[in-house]
Amino acid sequence: MPAIETEALTKDYLVGFWRPRPYRALDGMTLSVESGEVFGFLGPNGAGKSTTLKLLMQLIFPTSGSARILGSPVGDVAVRRRIGFLAENPYYYDYLTAEELLTYFARLFGYTSAEAKTRVASVLDQVGLGAERRMRLRSFSKGMIQRVGLAQALLNEPEVVFLDEPMSGLDPLGRRDVRDLILGLRKRGCTVFFSSHILSDAEALCDRVAIVAQGKLAASGRLNALLAFELQGWELVISNVPEALAATLPARFGSVTSLSHGRVALKLAADAEPDRVISTLRAEGASVESLNPIRHSLEDFFMQHVRSAPQRATGL
Amino acid sequence: MRQIWLGANAVFRESVRDRVPYSIVVFAVLMIAASYLISQLTAGQDMKIIKDLGLAALSIFGLLIAVFIGVGLVTKEVEKRSVYGLLTKPLSRAEFLLGKYAGLVMTLAVNLAVMTAALYAVLFFSNLMAPEGLRQSWEAPAVDPRMLTAIVLIFAELMLVTALALFFSTFTSPLWATLLTLGLWVAGHFNSDLRNFGTVVDSAPVIWLARVIYYVIPNLAPFDVKGEVVHGIHVAARHVAYTLAYAAVYIGLLLTASVTIFGRRDFK
Ligand SMILES: Nc1ncnc2c1ncn2[C@@H]1O[C@H](COP(=O)(O)OP(=O)(O)OP(=O)(O)O)[C@@H](O)[C@H]1O
Ligand SMILES: [Mg+2]
Repeated sequence: MPAIETEALTKDYLVGFWRPRPYRALDGMTLSVESGEVFGFLGPNGAGKSTTLKLLMQLIFPTSGSARILGSPVGDVAVRRRIGFLAENPYYYDYLTAEELLTYFARLFGYTSAEAKTRVASVLDQVGLGAERRMRLRSFSKGMIQRVGLAQALLNEPEVVFLDEPMSGLDPLGRRDVRDLILGLRKRGCTVFFSSHILSDAEALCDRVAIVAQGKLAASGRLNALLAFELQGWELVISNVPEALAATLPARFGSVTSLSHGRVALKLAADAEPDRVISTLRAEGASVESLNPIRHSLEDFFMQHVRSAPQRATGL
Repeated sequence: MRQIWLGANAVFRESVRDRVPYSIVVFAVLMIAASYLISQLTAGQDMKIIKDLGLAALSIFGLLIAVFIGVGLVTKEVEKRSVYGLLTKPLSRAEFLLGKYAGLVMTLAVNLAVMTAALYAVLFFSNLMAPEGLRQSWEAPAVDPRMLTAIVLIFAELMLVTALALFFSTFTSPLWATLLTLGLWVAGHFNSDLRNFGTVVDSAPVIWLARVIYYVIPNLAPFDVKGEVVHGIHVAARHVAYTLAYAAVYIGLLLTASVTIFGRRDFK
C-alpha cells in the first residue's frame, strides 16, 4: 500500500469578485509515494505545490479527484495521529512560548502531560531551539518559527511527514540541519513528502521527484533514472597522447580541450559507445585517465519541463 | 471530548493573558467609583441605582467580550493561518469550533463570576454604611440573592450572543460578523414588538414578513429581568426555565449551522 496516493486531484479557485470564474490551480494530479520514500515535489512559483499539500491535509476540498494517506481518505481524523505537516510560512500563536505551543499540540496528539513534556523537550532539541523554549513566539525570527514548525511536524513521531518548503527562511546551517533531519527520518523508515524549488536539496535528499508546472504533473520518477535518461554525452580524459594521434583529434572529436600535465579532454556524443572509442585510443598509444557521463543537471531538466508546460486553463 | 476540552482551555488561557482581566478591573473600578458618588447624591434610591448600574454594566461588558472575542476566535485563526497547525492535528473541525465556543463560555463564566462578586461586595459595604431607617424603605434587601436570577439569564443571553458571533465568523469577515452580531443583539431586544406588528399596520405581506423575522431573529427581551429584580418583583421560575430552554435550542441550532458551514470551508 502506498503511503500517499492522489487520483486526478483537481482544484479550481474562484477568482474575480463581480464575476467569479474558476481558475485551475491544480489539474489532474496523480501521484503515488511508497512507504519509506523521500519524495521531492518540485515546481516553480505558482505551480500548485501548496495547493496539493493543502488538499492532502484537507484544508481545502478538491473540485474533483481524490487522495489517500496510509490507505485512508484524506480528512480521516484518526490518520492525523500518524502524520506531520509543516505549512508554507507557518504562523502559530504569538502569545505562547515554543514549549507551550508544542505541549498543546502534543496533548492533542493524545500524549499525557508527562509524555508531552519529554516529547516536547526532545523535538525542541532536535530542531535546535532547546535554549529558546521559554520565549514567546512573538519574539521569534522567521527561521526560528520555521524550526518550531518542523518541531510540531515531528512531535508525534509520524509515519508520513508533509513539508511545504521546509528550507525556506533558514540560514545555511539551518538548511543543513533540515537535510540531516530528513535523512534521519528516512533512516527511521518515515515517508517524507516535501515541496521545494531548491533543486540541490532535492538532488541531495530524494529517492523520487515529481515536477509540477502550471498545475500539471510534468515529469516524475527516480532521480537517477530521470537524469540518466537525459544523458548528454561523455567526457573522456586521456593523457600520454602521441603527436600523431594529437593531430587527428580535432577532426575526430570536434571538442578537444587541453588540460594541465599533458591531459586532453574529449567530448563524446551520447551515442558514441565509449568502450569502442577507448579501445581505439588505447591502441593508438594514449592512456585513459577518466570517463564521465555528462548529464542534465536537475536544473536543466527542471527548466526544460517548466518551460514546455502548457499554460493552465482559466475561465472554464 | 478531550479535544474540545483542550481547545477550550487554550482559548481561556489566551483570554486570560490578553484582554479579559482588564475589563474586569475597569468594571470594578467604575462600579466602586459610581456607587460612592451616587450614594452621596441620592437618598434612599442608592441601592436601586447601584444594582441597576451594576447589572447593566455586567451585561454590557459581557456583551463586548462575547462579541469581540467571539468574532476573533475563528476569523483570526483563519486570517493568520494558525488554523493550519490545529486542523492538521487529530482534531475534527467540529471539535475545533466547539472547543472555541466552550473556551469563550468558560471565559465569560469566570468574568461574570468576578463581576458578580464585585457587585455584591459593593452592595454589602453600602448596606453596612446605610442608616437603619433608610434600609427599611428599600423594596428589596441590598444583598439580594434574587439578583442571581438576572445574572443567570444574562449569562444565557451572552452564551447565545457568543454562538451568534461564532456562527457569523464562520463565513464572513470580522467586520461583518461584528456588525451582524451587534445588529441582531439590538434587534433581538426589540423583537417582541414585531409579534404585535399587526396592530400597527394592516398590510398582510408586511405582517407576514414581521412574523418571519420575529421567529428567525433571537428573542432577547425575556432574558432581561434586571428591572424586576432591582425592584424586588418576583420572576416566575417558569419564565426562567422557558427562557433557558429557548436559549439552549437556539444555541444548538446556531452551533449545528456553524459546524456545517465551517466543515465545508476551504482554508486558502
Ligand atoms: N486562494 C486562492 N485563490 C485563487 N487562486 C489561488 C489561491 N491560492 C492559490 N491560487 C493559485 O493557484 C496556483 C497554485 O498556487 P500554489 O500556492 O499551490 O503554488 P506553489 O506551487 O505552492 O507556489 P510557491 O512556490 O510560490 O509556493 C497559483 O497560480 C495561484 O495563483
Ligand atoms: Mg507554495
